[in-house]
Amino acid sequence: MFRVKYVFLQFVCLLQEKKEREREMALRNIMGKRVGIGLMGSRALSTATCDVESGSAKSINLYSAINQALHVALETDPRAFVFGEDVSFGGVFRCTTGLADRFGKARVFNTPLCEQGIVGFGIGLAAMGNRAIAEIQFADYIYPAFDQIVNEAAKFRYRSGNQFNCGGLTIRAPYGAVGHGGHYHSQSPEAFFCHVPGIKVVIPRSPRQAKGLLLSCIRDPNPVVFFEPKWLYRLAVEEVPEHDYMLPLSEAEVIRQGSDITLVGWGAQLSIMEQACIEAEKDGISCELIDLKTLIPWDKETVEASVRKTGRVLISHEAPVTGGFGAEISASIVECCFLRLEAPVARVCGLDTPFPLVFEPFYMPTKNKILDAIKATVNY
Amino acid sequence: MANWVRISSRSIGNHIRKRMNQGFIGSAVDINKSSGSSSALHGGRTVCDRNRRYLNSLPWNRATLFWFQRFKSTVAEKQQDSFLSSDTDDDQLSLDFPGGKVSYTSDMNFISESSQTRVPCYRVLDDDGELIKDTDFQQVSKEAAVKMYSKMVNLQIMDTIFYEAQRQGRISFYLTSAGEEAINIASAAALTEQDIILPQYREPGVLLWRGFTLQEFADQCFGNKADYGKGRQMPIHYGSKKHNFFTISSPIATQLPQAAGIAYSLKMDNKKACVVSYIGDGGTSEGDFHAGLNFAAVMEAPVIFFCRNNGWAISTNVWEQFRSDGIVVKGRAYGIRSIRVDGNDALAVYTAVSAAREMAVNEQRPILIEALTYRVGHHSTSDDSTKYRQSDEIVYWKNARNPVNRFRNWVQSNGWWSDQQETQLRSSVRKQVIISLIGLDIHNLHFFSDT
Repeated sequence: MFRVKYVFLQFVCLLQEKKEREREMALRNIMGKRVGIGLMGSRALSTATCDVESGSAKSINLYSAINQALHVALETDPRAFVFGEDVSFGGVFRCTTGLADRFGKARVFNTPLCEQGIVGFGIGLAAMGNRAIAEIQFADYIYPAFDQIVNEAAKFRYRSGNQFNCGGLTIRAPYGAVGHGGHYHSQSPEAFFCHVPGIKVVIPRSPRQAKGLLLSCIRDPNPVVFFEPKWLYRLAVEEVPEHDYMLPLSEAEVIRQGSDITLVGWGAQLSIMEQACIEAEKDGISCELIDLKTLIPWDKETVEASVRKTGRVLISHEAPVTGGFGAEISASIVECCFLRLEAPVARVCGLDTPFPLVFEPFYMPTKNKILDAIKATVNY
Repeated sequence: MANWVRISSRSIGNHIRKRMNQGFIGSAVDINKSSGSSSALHGGRTVCDRNRRYLNSLPWNRATLFWFQRFKSTVAEKQQDSFLSSDTDDDQLSLDFPGGKVSYTSDMNFISESSQTRVPCYRVLDDDGELIKDTDFQQVSKEAAVKMYSKMVNLQIMDTIFYEAQRQGRISFYLTSAGEEAINIASAAALTEQDIILPQYREPGVLLWRGFTLQEFADQCFGNKADYGKGRQMPIHYGSKKHNFFTISSPIATQLPQAAGIAYSLKMDNKKACVVSYIGDGGTSEGDFHAGLNFAAVMEAPVIFFCRNNGWAISTNVWEQFRSDGIVVKGRAYGIRSIRVDGNDALAVYTAVSAAREMAVNEQRPILIEALTYRVGHHSTSDDSTKYRQSDEIVYWKNARNPVNRFRNWVQSNGWWSDQQETQLRSSVRKQVIISLIGLDIHNLHFFSDT
């Protein structure tokens, strides 16, 4: 009798877990379903001043917002170019739709399949004062270009004593989990680039953020690597102003006010963290959520001010925990706020394995993992 | 001829046409000759072989069998070409694939890994600096020739003394261009000031030609207040915006895809200028070489890829670097027009670069130049090349194949230079170089700022 009950309970637990996972997977399903992440897009709880003027706005998804930004960039600067593999017909994620038709094949063109060539060519274009917007098809394939980015782009201005620069270079790449990407269509390589003085790394969380941030990146006088959360290309829908606007780089945004614990994240992970915050609220834990937006140079002041308020911090990212950018934030916070901290800095990140296919739900820093860590930190 | 009916699979008409294509009939007539006479039978595919063996077995005169033969020639390939060009039935003889039409063949032939002879090397002056008879070259004026020669001497002396300065501990590092003075100066002389240079690191002569002073060279080596690079890089990593000479970086070949991008920008701006990017033999093994050439070809960018094949990449000789016939043959793989020149012949280099520049600018295409030469000096002050090559080899190239002496002979034979001028020049340059080394030792802290 007892054994039957035990088995029954186990079965119930498994069912619940399965439902949870399914719910999470459903949110990650980008096969045509447009699930609005209204909360994430809402600016009602944001404490940062908004640079976006009020004007007409349309409800669009992430790839459309990026497409708009690129249209604006090419429109406003006749020396702007967009190039990469398959960008001409619109790109594998449709981010470059309509550009070749509108601006011509001399400004929007396919390149040979060679990332080191794409970035090297982009550096050359930018060195002549052009705005070179290079696309790497997946962040997983950015590594052949690593030498050009680290040894050339990042050092171009510095080594020449400011005689030359390639500030007009922007490299865009889709990054992050997508539900079925496996090793080579899901990576988050931002940490590698955060270790390089001389470039900027920017990651938007939503369509409205993406358009403004991308335009800032393109117009920034430094080479920038812009990672786009591919999971959100179709999934995230938000009101995006139709005009030309820019959002400031190196300014983090507090997107949810709280007093018990500070959560820091970027990109797609923020929506998961937000869900965890909402659930934690039910348990009486008030969470402050910060979107870093620019990873290098990152806004230490905003994060520090929040930690001084809450005394606890939790960092979450998809990339594997060891050597991830969360480690840098953790070390910096400990340095500045050691005596203020009520608990160790928590990191809820991807596991230290290559990004797996069928095990993705276990690899990922899920809402429940974050929730557990919030509780553990608060109850430390 | 009922025997022919035994030939399987094809209709007789097709079969005959095919055989004639391959010169089968012509070659069959020559069966009595040595077997190597016809390429059509090379590799011996089944139908040909079977037929040949069958025909050989027939008792009567073979010649009478081929009453319908149309070709007597044994040159199979020529037959095939002429037949193809006159044929109206294209579909039968060519295949349509993405990338265009190709003619087909049933002979399985691999393209040889090397051609019978190596690509010849263009030269204008013989080893003694005398003009080779009936040679094709771009004439230089007395003024230009004297300037070129003076700059070559300049480079030689600067190299010698700066190298010694490193040995004395005055500068931390140096590398010479000994043996490559003709490449340095003559290639620069063939360009205009608007042409943009992306060097590797053994081309300071190009900067020298454009007017970079000895003092400016020394300042960069010291990394002092006056260094344009603000003391950030090792010596010899020169860069000068006013001379359109991009700052040198140590990683090999990274400049090649950048050159394609810069050239594309020039193309977009309709500038009558090109990019010249230098690389050594070793650098052509890097992925960026492939990337740079391929991009330049696809983007139709006006860039001259100048490869200084000096035989050595530090201690790695060319046999350990690649197995192709040098670098010139690689151009065709990318659809790039290429030439091999004698890098120690200033006039040949000058002519080739002039022609390349014209093609690059007027036709908006990349060009590949392979200049054969020899690295007389060590790789750098951190290297002792006697450890991996023979001293007498170095001495031979330094003396008997010296590009400076060779050009001097030509200039002098024209009556444009004298021994007296030589002495004067050498002593005056020497003085200037030494003065430049006395220069500023003060380091200004431009660690973080760029202004």
